[in-house]
Amino acid sequence: MKFGLVSTTTLVVALAASSVSSETLRLLTWGGYAPDDVITMFEAEFDHSVEVTTSNNEEMIAKLRATNGGGFDLAQPSQDRIASAQEEFGIYKPIDMSRVDSAQFIPSMLGATATNTTFDGQVFGLPHVWGTSGLVVNTAKASQVVDYIDLCDESIAGNVSYRLKRPTLIGFAYAMGLEPFAAYSDLEAYQSILDQVEETLVACKANVKTYWDGGDEIKNLLRSGEVLAAMAWDTGGWQLNEDNADITFVAPASGALGWIDTFVLPSRGRADTAAYDWINFVMRPDVAAIITNTAGNFTAANGGDEGVNADLKARYQGSFDQAAIDNIKWYPPVPAGLEALEGATLDRISASN
Amino acid sequence: MVSDRSKLGFYLLLAPLLLWLVTLIILPHIGLFIVSISEKVGVREYEIGLGNYAVFFNEPLYWRTFARTAFMSISTTVLTLLLGFPIAYYIAKLTRGRTKTTLFLMCLIPFWVSELVRTFGWMILLRETGVLSSFLQYTGVIGGPVEFLYNDGAIMVGLVYTSILFMIVPLVTTLDSLDDSLIEAGYDLGGSGWSILREIVIPHAMPGIVSGCIVVFMLSLGNYLTPILLGGKDSLWFTGLIYTQFITRFNWELGSAFGFLLLGLSSTIVFFGLKLSRQSLSDTMGR
Repeated sequence: MKFGLVSTTTLVVALAASSVSSETLRLLTWGGYAPDDVITMFEAEFDHSVEVTTSNNEEMIAKLRATNGGGFDLAQPSQDRIASAQEEFGIYKPIDMSRVDSAQFIPSMLGATATNTTFDGQVFGLPHVWGTSGLVVNTAKASQVVDYIDLCDESIAGNVSYRLKRPTLIGFAYAMGLEPFAAYSDLEAYQSILDQVEETLVACKANVKTYWDGGDEIKNLLRSGEVLAAMAWDTGGWQLNEDNADITFVAPASGALGWIDTFVLPSRGRADTAAYDWINFVMRPDVAAIITNTAGNFTAANGGDEGVNADLKARYQGSFDQAAIDNIKWYPPVPAGLEALEGATLDRISASN
Repeated sequence: MVSDRSKLGFYLLLAPLLLWLVTLIILPHIGLFIVSISEKVGVREYEIGLGNYAVFFNEPLYWRTFARTAFMSISTTVLTLLLGFPIAYYIAKLTRGRTKTTLFLMCLIPFWVSELVRTFGWMILLRETGVLSSFLQYTGVIGGPVEFLYNDGAIMVGLVYTSILFMIVPLVTTLDSLDDSLIEAGYDLGGSGWSILREIVIPHAMPGIVSGCIVVFMLSLGNYLTPILLGGKDSLWFTGLIYTQFITRFNWELGSAFGFLLLGLSSTIVFFGLKLSRQSLSDTMGR
């Protein structure tokens, strides 16, 4: 009997040990952040296998909430959505900085992300990919669009598209001369900003062809010429620019909205070793360059922009001069409860005629 | 001994059904109900109360969305019946043997691909640079491109197309069971086509009509993909509202309450539908 117990224990320990050296990394990420060739390189170098699920910010949080932080070993939400999700649902575990090769990160981005994703004195996020949202415009037919508010201009009625999500509310608020980020901590002030934006967007609804939902959908609409100006991500604009030189990303006069997608560890993730291995692997400058070439967005890897192809760099420089870069509005962490107000506003815009 | 064994057989046969009902329907609904009656008062703080249900009735937006969804689903049901009845009648009464099987199969074929693919098919047809708009421009009916997508009409087209099979199948079955000699007798007694349809065919097909209508109504009301994709900016649909509460607003409490309201209100509509058509559920489902 005793022998049985001992041998069983040995077996369990042996199994556990073997699973430490070879783990399955279940990665919850955005499309393009885990290209196939990077996965192949990773699997060849480490003894881990990778399963990728692509998603977006809201679905990532909803998925992890449904399982109390289980089902995935590494997730990549934007840095502004981490602290509040942790406060509300407790779905992440803190980052163990001793297991991260922090020299591979651009120090300023590492520091900014750490500040924004700190909850209860612990850091929950590491920066990975950053980019902006702004305007993607068919410059041959709608060059008059230089700011979000121009999307409501009569000259392009029926050929406009944007998402019905929080970035749209924020972008329009800035274009209307308001300061939404400054009002984050003051719910009443923020509500009054939302009310003004709601009025504008309800009036603007007749101009809109449709509210887009996925990156492929908006690219399709712009490529076919059905939409001439849209609020969208920079990479979408640059990808379209490859096929059609008229279409490109325009940094809005009131400032592009900057986001940083991060690495976070779900609280019930089982393959932490593989997760840290993955983080340290994709932050190597050469691997980061591959991801930038695939996803179209730059990473927080030190020296990661050196291997990026010249076309992408040229497009980036075409859209952003130094003034436009300085004017980027970086998302501060969203306080808990703000999304409820925005949700009600978005519902009312969606229901209006 | 024998009765013991038959009892065992009874319970064994019952087990899958019970397992299905309890684990997949009853337990999740209990969980959903518990979530729906917890009101959020602060970060990770909840109180028991009916506040989430009150939100539905106090905010006109939500019950108007439900009313719109119900109204459009009823219209879909009526349209599907009007379109499906002649098709079913033709298949059941005017064709025989191979033709009948072929026609029935042709109604089925679109359902071999998923709903998403069928909906994208409609988007390719109806969009501004799509097949219909290009064809009409080519034939000179319209001068410039016209957008057929992103309006209520497009939603209706999609819904009718998605659900027409579920109207045709019960109708064909009930119409098949109608003895042709009854129709002949009707003509012999001097009835017109219209009066025979009204006095003989429709009363006989009533259980099929009602069960088809219930299925189509419920499918339309609970549909998510078709209204969202084809409706675009005007796609206000109650299931879409539930989705946004759960996924983009992280408000599971309100979403659960909406789920229960959808269940309750749609059951009420079906109940009144049955009362109006003087049918009972056991009559329509029992055949």
